[in-house]
Amino acid sequence: MSQDLLTPLWTRRDLPDWTSVEWERLLSQARRARLLARVAAHLSDRGWLERVPGGPRVHLGNALRVAHRQQQMVRWEIDCIRRAIGHLPTPIVLLKGAAYVGAALPPARCRTFGDVDILVEAGQLRAVEAALLEAGWSTLPLDSYDERYYRDWSHELPPLYHAGRGTFLDVHHTITQPTSRFAVQADVLLAQARTLPAEPRLSVLSPVDMVLHSAVHLMQEGDFARGQRDLLDIVDLLAHFGQKPGFWPELAKRSQALQLGVPLVDVLTVAHRLLAADVPGHGQAELQDMAPRGLRNRAMAAMLMHAMRPDHPDCDRPGTRVVRWLLYVRSHLLRMRWHQVLAHLLRKAWMRHAGTTAST
Amino acid sequence: MKLGSLGLAELSRRLAVGGLCLRVGPFGLRISADQPAVSRGLLCLYQDNPLLDADSFCDGHIVLRRVGTFGRWFKPQVQAHFDHQPIFDPVPLPHALPLLEWMLNWHVTAHAHQFAIVHAASLERGGLALMLPAPSGSGKSTLCAALAHRGWRVLSDELALIDFSSGQLHALARPVSLKNRSIDLLRDFAPEAVLSELVHDTPKGTMAHMKLPGEHVRRMHEPAHARWIVRPHWQAGAAATLRARPKTDTLMDLGRNAINLDLAGGQGFHRLADLVGQSDCIELSYSRLDDAVVLLDQMAQGVAA
Repeated sequence: MSQDLLTPLWTRRDLPDWTSVEWERLLSQARRARLLARVAAHLSDRGWLERVPGGPRVHLGNALRVAHRQQQMVRWEIDCIRRAIGHLPTPIVLLKGAAYVGAALPPARCRTFGDVDILVEAGQLRAVEAALLEAGWSTLPLDSYDERYYRDWSHELPPLYHAGRGTFLDVHHTITQPTSRFAVQADVLLAQARTLPAEPRLSVLSPVDMVLHSAVHLMQEGDFARGQRDLLDIVDLLAHFGQKPGFWPELAKRSQALQLGVPLVDVLTVAHRLLAADVPGHGQAELQDMAPRGLRNRAMAAMLMHAMRPDHPDCDRPGTRVVRWLLYVRSHLLRMRWHQVLAHLLRKAWMRHAGTTAST
Repeated sequence: MKLGSLGLAELSRRLAVGGLCLRVGPFGLRISADQPAVSRGLLCLYQDNPLLDADSFCDGHIVLRRVGTFGRWFKPQVQAHFDHQPIFDPVPLPHALPLLEWMLNWHVTAHAHQFAIVHAASLERGGLALMLPAPSGSGKSTLCAALAHRGWRVLSDELALIDFSSGQLHALARPVSLKNRSIDLLRDFAPEAVLSELVHDTPKGTMAHMKLPGEHVRRMHEPAHARWIVRPHWQAGAAATLRARPKTDTLMDLGRNAINLDLAGGQGFHRLADLVGQSDCIELSYSRLDDAVVLLDQMAQGVAA
């Protein structure tokens, strides 16, 4: 009787005839996947919200309130960031959720946020960090290992925290780790970034780069428990940008140039299979030429189908945990060399172990 | 059917297997727990609360579980879960009941945004409500517990639930939490009060919960309009006095104690402003519980007269 109710909801043609307990389970799964507000908007867009029983409907309404408020807070946060570092000679590129809000793109609606991500020029990284610390952000205490991980291996500063607003900020100097198999030079992205009409000091990645960044992020961060949300973001972006003539060929060309064809094809495949996303044939044909073929592709698609389900015991099937773990390890292998991964994951496992024994 | 009609064995069984479905004010909650202290505590404190059928919709499922196989025997701890995810750090096993109460509070503040939620005790008398907005440790729970035995109906000792459309205060129908000296104080003041077992050495010291009188729970679906907003101020040796408090200051009191007001934006601000506008705003200074109760009684009589 336990089953994944959330994933099939995106493609259903009518409001499910769920029992009270099934609605309760859906809310639980959606909360875990950070998608409750999105469910609410999805049902509302189709005129189904009024037909949802009163109990769950209250929760869906509340989730919309929270999402609305979070967008307000993200807009305010973006403004604070602009005022703190706007004087420095670097572009300030909003990434992911902040970009969707800043550029008023479809995924912004009813999305919840953990932190704000920005991309700046690597040469200005120290000045940006200093200006943010000056303006009230602080670094969280890190042990020397984590500090070195961020400074030497990572594509971002250690997370910055603003105690007054309780917000987190990730400052990136490129979108993938320098050690990554998919290393991308930031200046190539910055050259194509689009200035926000309403706020000339801020910009977002070009449409194709934004999709590519989301795809590589999804495959490389290893946080597949949030995978479905990120996948839905990408589907939204594709539906929005895909209407412009020339988008799909450009996406294929750009992914070739940046050597990001593999993560893009992986993501498009699972978006199509899991969410029935419209992935137009023309662009895809070009993309398929770049993609690894055969067994590897089928295995990867099958694994992603598993991993993109909500991280909720209701939705687990035999092997789900193993698949998530394999993809987690693989996400690290994409980012680092194998000996670095081995050392890093052992270290993390040890820290987790030490952490639990310390607290008991 | 009321929780009290189950008996301890059946209650423990339900808590251990599918979960107990309990009505607390506007909410239905599924509770799973395998600690005898939780069964005893629920039976003592929630005996008058109605049960829901296992297949009815519940607003959330709170699970308390002992942690670890090793930890079962050595310094056993209990961990709270929501949506199958741990919430808060585990606590020593004897603190399971306060943890459950803490989870019930957390659940309301994290999810019940259909209400404007203010950190305040709220009580009703003659169809009119009294709010006591104050942070933890100000003595509002003690005062609330005392008033419960002197003609006031407790709506909530900690979280005032304000209806956005009607502005009425809703009852949460949950026990009143007492800490340290206020436990003996309340026992002396109202020997008839039913208290749960004492729990020692919690982060807040020794804790006990006071069961609400049965009638308060029976009437949990009767909301009330706010009529008085009183800021309690306990001061050793002070004579009990009621003084008018500026409405602007009272609005700030509510704002400082508001939990989710930012979600409602302008609507929330106007809701609180209306509440203050329609209420007598008062500052209560006192040192002796009896004096405070008498003064609040006179305040309420004044309206009735």
